[in-house]
Amino acid sequence: MARAHALDVCAPRARIRLVVDLNRCQAYAQCCFLAPGVFELHGEEALWYDPEPDPAQREHVLRAVASCPVQAIAVEWPERTDDDGVEAPPRRSP
Amino acid sequence: MSTAFGDDKRILIVGASLAGLRAAETLRAEGFRGRVTIVGDEPDEPYDRPPLSKGVIAGRFPAAHTALPRCEPLRDVEWRLGVAATGLDALAKRVLLLDGQSIEFDRLLIATGARARPWRDPSQAKLDGVFTLRGRADAERLHARLAAHPNRVVVIGAGFMGSEIASSCRELGLAVTVIERGPAPLSGALGGVVAERAGALQRDHGVDLRCYTTVDALEGDAEGRLRRVRLSDGSALDADVAVVALGAVRNTEWLRGSGLAAGEFGVACDAGCRAIALNFIVTDDFFVAGDVARFPHPLYRHQFLALEHWSNAIEQAAIAAHNMICAPANRRPHLAVPAFWSSQFGVNIKSVGVPSAADEVFIAQGSLAAGRFVAVYGKEGRVVAAVTFNQGRWIEFYQRLIESAAPFPPEASAADRPTPSAPIPVAFPDPTAVAHEATAILTGYDATDRRVQWIPRRRAAPAHGAVNPR
Amino acid sequence: MREEAILRTIYDPAHRAHPYALYDQLRQVPVRWQEDGPHEAGTYVVSTYREIAALMHDPRISSDLRKGAQSGGPRTPAAPYTFINLDPPEHDRLRRLAMRHFGPPERSDYLERLRPDIERIAARLADGLQGERTIDLVSRFAYPLPVTVICTILGVPHEDQAQFHLWADALVEGVGSNAPEARARRLEASLALNRYMAELVERRRKQPTDDMLSCMATDAGPEGRMDDPYLVATAALLLVAGHETTVNLIANGALTLLRHPSILERLRHEPDLVVCAVEEILRYEPPVQLLANRTTLDDVSIAGTTIPKGVLVTFALAAGNRDPLRFRDPGRFDPERPENAHLGFGGGNHYCFGAPLARIEGQIALRELVRRLQGPRLVVDPPPYRPSPVLRGPQQLLVEVDGVHPT
Repeated sequence: MARAHALDVCAPRARIRLVVDLNRCQAYAQCCFLAPGVFELHGEEALWYDPEPDPAQREHVLRAVASCPVQAIAVEWPERTDDDGVEAPPRRSP
Repeated sequence: MSTAFGDDKRILIVGASLAGLRAAETLRAEGFRGRVTIVGDEPDEPYDRPPLSKGVIAGRFPAAHTALPRCEPLRDVEWRLGVAATGLDALAKRVLLLDGQSIEFDRLLIATGARARPWRDPSQAKLDGVFTLRGRADAERLHARLAAHPNRVVVIGAGFMGSEIASSCRELGLAVTVIERGPAPLSGALGGVVAERAGALQRDHGVDLRCYTTVDALEGDAEGRLRRVRLSDGSALDADVAVVALGAVRNTEWLRGSGLAAGEFGVACDAGCRAIALNFIVTDDFFVAGDVARFPHPLYRHQFLALEHWSNAIEQAAIAAHNMICAPANRRPHLAVPAFWSSQFGVNIKSVGVPSAADEVFIAQGSLAAGRFVAVYGKEGRVVAAVTFNQGRWIEFYQRLIESAAPFPPEASAADRPTPSAPIPVAFPDPTAVAHEATAILTGYDATDRRVQWIPRRRAAPAHGAVNPR
Repeated sequence: MREEAILRTIYDPAHRAHPYALYDQLRQVPVRWQEDGPHEAGTYVVSTYREIAALMHDPRISSDLRKGAQSGGPRTPAAPYTFINLDPPEHDRLRRLAMRHFGPPERSDYLERLRPDIERIAARLADGLQGERTIDLVSRFAYPLPVTVICTILGVPHEDQAQFHLWADALVEGVGSNAPEARARRLEASLALNRYMAELVERRRKQPTDDMLSCMATDAGPEGRMDDPYLVATAALLLVAGHETTVNLIANGALTLLRHPSILERLRHEPDLVVCAVEEILRYEPPVQLLANRTTLDDVSIAGTTIPKGVLVTFALAAGNRDPLRFRDPGRFDPERPENAHLGFGGGNHYCFGAPLARIEGQIALRELVRRLQGPRLVVDPPPYRPSPVLRGPQQLLVEVDGVHPT
């Protein structure tokens, strides 16, 4: 079991993965405007988000990540595979 | 790029959660090319825990979505997942695993975190419908049950975890009763003044909140399903789900006999994350990070601080990893001011510093009644913490006041300062009088904290005497 | 140059094209007193990133100049009624009431739903350039795009655009100028714009449509409705701010890309890069260079200086954006800059209300120009600038092209 999982962990990753540093987040909500299907403001300043959004949201996520005024969104883009188109490069976490 | 700790060396990280992952990334980012092995008791790759009590149990996205993004590819890291560490042979520098194997290392990072404190009665805890929440599997099970529309959910303990669970249940439209031994939700973490507002928030959102109340018994039917929750006031509630949210237990049992100062509040370490031995000698090859660490903090007069905070796991892991591979003269101290957030009932709560260290509190901006405010905490004339409800943008200002040990109460005028305003007693209940725990605790000066000889407390003995570390 | 005169030199139109060496000089002292500036009383200027960021989150800094003992600055009658000139809790409440109809939490997907309309407007403006060889990108593209968009959002009739263009110009031209004539023009324009808005609000209240003005005029949410003087002033503010700043973002962006042909070329093949390019433009050539509307509620000690209570404080955003202690190689235009937490939209609770709209407009506009213009090159470099040192951008941006691609 452990071995099988070890393989999964090291395999190329096909999904967008996000984590927002909610200590750093100040609810400027730029991500909610630009990727409303992924990020949502709950009440005045609590941020909700789907940490593994649908790949169709790629463009929106890209805009949300770039526009965060405090650069609180860490994202891992899907890795390039043979049958894949051009994907954004992985960016360092804030 | 090469590191002072040679490429022929082997680093073992025990604990495959946030701290373990960020430590491995730091090792690689800083150029360590030796062997890195990560051991974790759960079968999953490192995932993010804060969403479990919110988005996952409320069903906004599946638990599988919480895998943490990688800042480094980590292709050349060896993962041993689904197997717990059961012991440390410090002399041989070897960690024993539950499957009977062992792993040798040159340096070790202890990042085994904590687990949910179980219900005190093992047979009651086994009833179908009784849950705790710490891991992804817990969250999946709880979500499945909540999605099946139970008639009533009873949350035992109104700390951050219990309050967030209650909030998620209300989002789902479920009837919720929260049982809290203390005077109000979050009172152990934020003090009575702010906690009163947290209690109002729960009631405004339809939670049946019962303070100064404890649970006498969880009662099941013949099929072993939870049916009733019997309370200390003599009453009983019909309920089909009970979530036990009574804080966390540090995963240190596996270090018994290792010679390290490991106890109820974690493994003591120095500011550079090096573990401290029972004889008070700082070790060279054992490091600690995350929820399981207890470290001295200069802002709190070098008392050992025990934190269960997301950002602490990240920052401390990065410092530990850096210090594991750099030349001794380049080691860095872990000095970050504790910080955390919680979102519940539509309110964003932020905290910096250690509120439980304070004896007075001052509403510096906004108003408790409006539900938007900055509360500043002081002790002996110094600012030691600040908490905001939906006023998070101001908190970094108060963090600077903490960092500079600024006078309390803050003297300056400020926008939205309530009038009149004066400090009042913070009203922390006796720690034994709350059913939850603060997530930031000052634990004194003793590395061995008197409880270093591990005394099992109301704990079911797992097979092989092992307790799964995370 | 005398140390006290740096801000005056920045305000001097002769330096409009090349202010950054002056900002570098300003930054040598993070917080300093300047006798000349937008107001007779002088101002403390904060020019380093860390200090600007700290003071934007400092509750001792107020945006309500009535609280400044000696601010003495010129005021338009509308000022006290808009959230940019107020502090919490009034600021927060008014901003929430406006935000209800513009974005999260109540109307999160509003701007994304508007995106196709903005793309159509940009495409139509580019269509209009076909057949021309020398084009002024300001008057033909950078200005009409945000004007059309903000009018659509607010519900200002298309036929009135020319009129308020004049008012807006008079208002903006005066920003940063102390001359009595400029002040008089600004006051007159402000009164006219407010009269116009008041009348429009009344019309929308009687016959609501689905625009923001109708929503604000008829809305009764949990926090009630904005009172009329506030509503009119806020609408006027959004109308003016909604395009007088974005025109500079688009024009500064086009100018910057034309000065960096290799990046312009990359954008043709990597259209996604425009997202980060817009962020970098906001850092490198911010449309709002100075925020000169803060005062101190108390003595504030920062970076070795004590700013006394009640004085005017100016944040030099353009200087902070090029602070080498925060941005590596700050004078380099680099769309791939990591962690680009620039100050282009300010920060703290006065963070630009329209920032997401400006971002969307900037992304769409620059992408459209890159896609449509064949072989664009600058005719005049530097171009002539608009007078304001605060809202800084080209008056005219002449480019020669080999042609304009069809849609």
